[in-house]
Amino acid sequence: MKPTKKKSKSKPEKAHIHLLVNGEPVEVAFAPHKTLLEVLREDLGLTGTKHGCELGECGCCAVLVDGRPVLSCLALGVAAEGHDVATVEGMAEGTKLHPLQAAFADLGAAQCGYCTPGMLLTAKALLEQVPRPSRDQIKAALAGNICRCTGYIKIYEAVELAAAWMAGEQAEAPKESVYGWQ
Amino acid sequence: MAGNNGSNGSGRTGLRVVGKPHRKVDVTAKCTGETKYADDIVFPRMLHTKLFRSSVPHARILKIDTSKAESYPGVKAVLTGNDLPAAYGAMPVSEDEHALAIGKVRMVGEPVAAIAAVDEDVATEALDLIEVEYELLPTISSIESALEHPEPRVHDHGEFGNIHRRQVYEFGDVEVGFAEADFIREDLTFYEGSTHLALEQHASVANFSKDGKLTLYTCTQDLHYLHKALVKVLGLPASHIHVIATPNGGGFGGKCDPFQHEMVVSKLAMVTGRPVKICLTREEVFYCHRGRHPALMSTKTGFKKDGSITAMHHRTILDGGAYGGLGIASAFYTGTFQTTTYTMPRFKCEAVRVFTNKAPCGPKRGNGTPQPRFAQEVQMDKIAEQLGLDPAEMRKRHLVAPDSTVANWIRVGSMALGKCIDKVVEGSHWKERFRRLPYGKGIGMACSGYMTGAQTPIYWNNMPHSGVHVQLDRGGGVSVFCGSAEIGQGSDSILAYIVAEVLGIDPFDIRVVTADTDLTPVDLGSYSSRVTLMTGNAAIQAAERAKDLLSQAVAEKLEVPGSRLSFADRRVFDSENPEKGVTFIEAVWLAETKFGTLGTVGSYKPPAGKGKFKGSGIGPSPAFSFTAAIAEVEVNPETGIVVVPRMWIAHDVGQCINPVLVMGQVEGSVYMGLGEALMEEMTYRGNRNVVHKFPSFLEYKSPTTLEMCDITTYLIEDGDSNGPFGAKEAGQGPQLPVPPAIANAIYDAVGVRIDEVPITPDKVLKAIRAKAKGQEGRYGPAKFTYPTEMPAPIYVPSPIEGGDGKPLQREPAVAQR
Repeated sequence: MKPTKKKSKSKPEKAHIHLLVNGEPVEVAFAPHKTLLEVLREDLGLTGTKHGCELGECGCCAVLVDGRPVLSCLALGVAAEGHDVATVEGMAEGTKLHPLQAAFADLGAAQCGYCTPGMLLTAKALLEQVPRPSRDQIKAALAGNICRCTGYIKIYEAVELAAAWMAGEQAEAPKESVYGWQ
Repeated sequence: MAGNNGSNGSGRTGLRVVGKPHRKVDVTAKCTGETKYADDIVFPRMLHTKLFRSSVPHARILKIDTSKAESYPGVKAVLTGNDLPAAYGAMPVSEDEHALAIGKVRMVGEPVAAIAAVDEDVATEALDLIEVEYELLPTISSIESALEHPEPRVHDHGEFGNIHRRQVYEFGDVEVGFAEADFIREDLTFYEGSTHLALEQHASVANFSKDGKLTLYTCTQDLHYLHKALVKVLGLPASHIHVIATPNGGGFGGKCDPFQHEMVVSKLAMVTGRPVKICLTREEVFYCHRGRHPALMSTKTGFKKDGSITAMHHRTILDGGAYGGLGIASAFYTGTFQTTTYTMPRFKCEAVRVFTNKAPCGPKRGNGTPQPRFAQEVQMDKIAEQLGLDPAEMRKRHLVAPDSTVANWIRVGSMALGKCIDKVVEGSHWKERFRRLPYGKGIGMACSGYMTGAQTPIYWNNMPHSGVHVQLDRGGGVSVFCGSAEIGQGSDSILAYIVAEVLGIDPFDIRVVTADTDLTPVDLGSYSSRVTLMTGNAAIQAAERAKDLLSQAVAEKLEVPGSRLSFADRRVFDSENPEKGVTFIEAVWLAETKFGTLGTVGSYKPPAGKGKFKGSGIGPSPAFSFTAAIAEVEVNPETGIVVVPRMWIAHDVGQCINPVLVMGQVEGSVYMGLGEALMEEMTYRGNRNVVHKFPSFLEYKSPTTLEMCDITTYLIEDGDSNGPFGAKEAGQGPQLPVPPAIANAIYDAVGVRIDEVPITPDKVLKAIRAKAKGQEGRYGPAKFTYPTEMPAPIYVPSPIEGGDGKPLQREPAVAQR
């Protein structure tokens, strides 16, 4: 067998781009058909970004590009050239969790945890636009992120709790969110 | 609390960890992206696998030509069925699966060949080079076609034709019960299949070491059963196979069976000597399925004017799909738990499972019980309507008593369904609203009971169902080892909370090591709502034994009796003089000095059941949870669209180990029940091609934030003496009353009965229009027929008849009635 003569059609020249990932300049080379999801996971080792369909239907792979939620499975890696990409790995500051991460942890808003990165980033973008969103605004913002574990309730409550903390309040989760109604 | 034996912690007071909200031990990693799911694992030189799947539903395989694929650059190995000839299956009684099809394909999407290549793209390209010649066979596409067409048979095993299994049980003479009834009604219902739709697509990575040992990382709920299946298929000794269950990105029952792709990557690693990964596409996950069985049901119930039930005869036909899987268990469970909620002196259940050329069905949340519970609770609503009784009051009046043995010889322990009904009735203002809301708005209720772990393991053995090993180190750290699999429900955390409670330390002082066949003692897996109760009891035993060692050593040092020592706040101290004590670390040093290296074990096996008939192992459980739910609906009579703004749900959980996790399970159950009630359906196109109608997240409709209802949740704590600290299950039971509560609320809103889920707008509209024309305002199945004579029932006199749990040969005269 002479593999050099029968070249696979999946081996085109690599694309080479520069971008910001979680605030740090990064350069990366990859097959040009790769999605941003694949580049993050496979070429940059950032496996915190998940995939549940790779068709833009479930919201697991949401990342922030220049602060806005983008489904990374529908974006080509080459389109990220020069942009600022934020993933779940960059949310905490050092060892301090982002308030959304802390609230999700406190309220059990992450059960299996698989939709969590996409939820957290989408919620982060919401809170940057609308610091104290109503329940309906949270629902609208997260409507493209499917969660099969929680029924979304704990996620709404976590977003509300994080919003209160970010506004400087000494808030706690409502008692009935933790213990149920009496 | 009801429990008082102390050995499993129930009846304790002064709990410090149990019953309080704590973060899960693994949740921070899940919120920072650090958790490694199966597809996040990467090894140097790792190959990638793609499966060539059948494009036809039913055919003989005449020829497979993989030669072109084998010579494609970058392809390292190709497998077909003959490379993995051993049959396997989740249950020993129906081992009818092969890793890759041999001789025949039975469904679209069935794996026929497998390719390992240097990357996913190359493997995908090489798939196109595989040529398979089929001889098409007529397809069996539904319950009806399976009953009408005994030929061609989907399988050579099973009873006959396309009947996989028939089972008939009669507990007490139901004809006697029907004779005592004031009224008898028979209702037909249909419950459509639905799928788990876990967000994580199944993924596995296998590695075969040069000394002949296999390691498989895979998202499985049941690593122990998978381990056994791998031994069978790969021909390696169990001690040379190391299975690590990665954190499951959602399970819901969909990752219980051993899967083809797990066998295939293992074999490919053995063949190539390189690490091999597979990650299924979403479409492939739909074809793996193992979800809710479509079920056609007939429920005949005799009742008195006060709503008390005299007898029930429940019949089910299940569409099993192309393989056995865990389907026999699902079939059994369609006739087990009807007896656990309302007094039912006599009960007969029949089930038929058929084979069809579709993705195999199996365990989805509630395994086999949401279907009959829907039938039963909708019928209860009809009975109350017929008798002019309030359905909440009527249910409450006839509840099964705590600590009783019901008709089918299941023991019910603690039972607080009455309190659950009170809570939701009060919270929803039921009495002011039921039958009093304006047209288009309605309110409906349903209840349920569910097991906390199955009494019997899937393969027969007398060993523990769960084992825990506790190790104490000189730094005051405690390691807890258990074979349980974390699927998001918090099973890792439960171990930490319970051991921390017993030893008086913080849950985050504890390292939890789980789901690893090389390191952890066997736990049977995350199914049947068994984990908290069984691993919890094993953990209590192991921790109590560790505490005993520490107590002996500290008692000697402090010169106080061991019985006076308390363990709390990382100290061991004299409870009569709390100043006098040692730190937990000092206690470990003292004990290690006295006894040597410190490690203890604990194990748990459920108590034996009371039934003594063939099949009596399925149904009994150490404890039963109970749930009451009320749904509020808005029905648009012009469009048939149903909106559920709110549900009230009360769950009798025994004792919360961590209330915030219980809340999450209850809310998640409401969500999944809402999806099954209104939207989700696993259905197929055509009766020849039998391809899935919508194998994608977009088109398989599941509730988003915009469809999800608000929930008012009540947690009822009434400890069960068999549960760890009194705890019972929370992960499956709360789903059961949701679909029937919604169906009953629709009747309250617009006066039509939808005896079928999902309750889609077209069905509602048809029923409303029929009613407007003066016809029956109902949508649902019109006939129920069995294919053939059913076998004579296994007849077991019920407790009320003075039975002893043993089957009885019937007098012919009685049998003929």
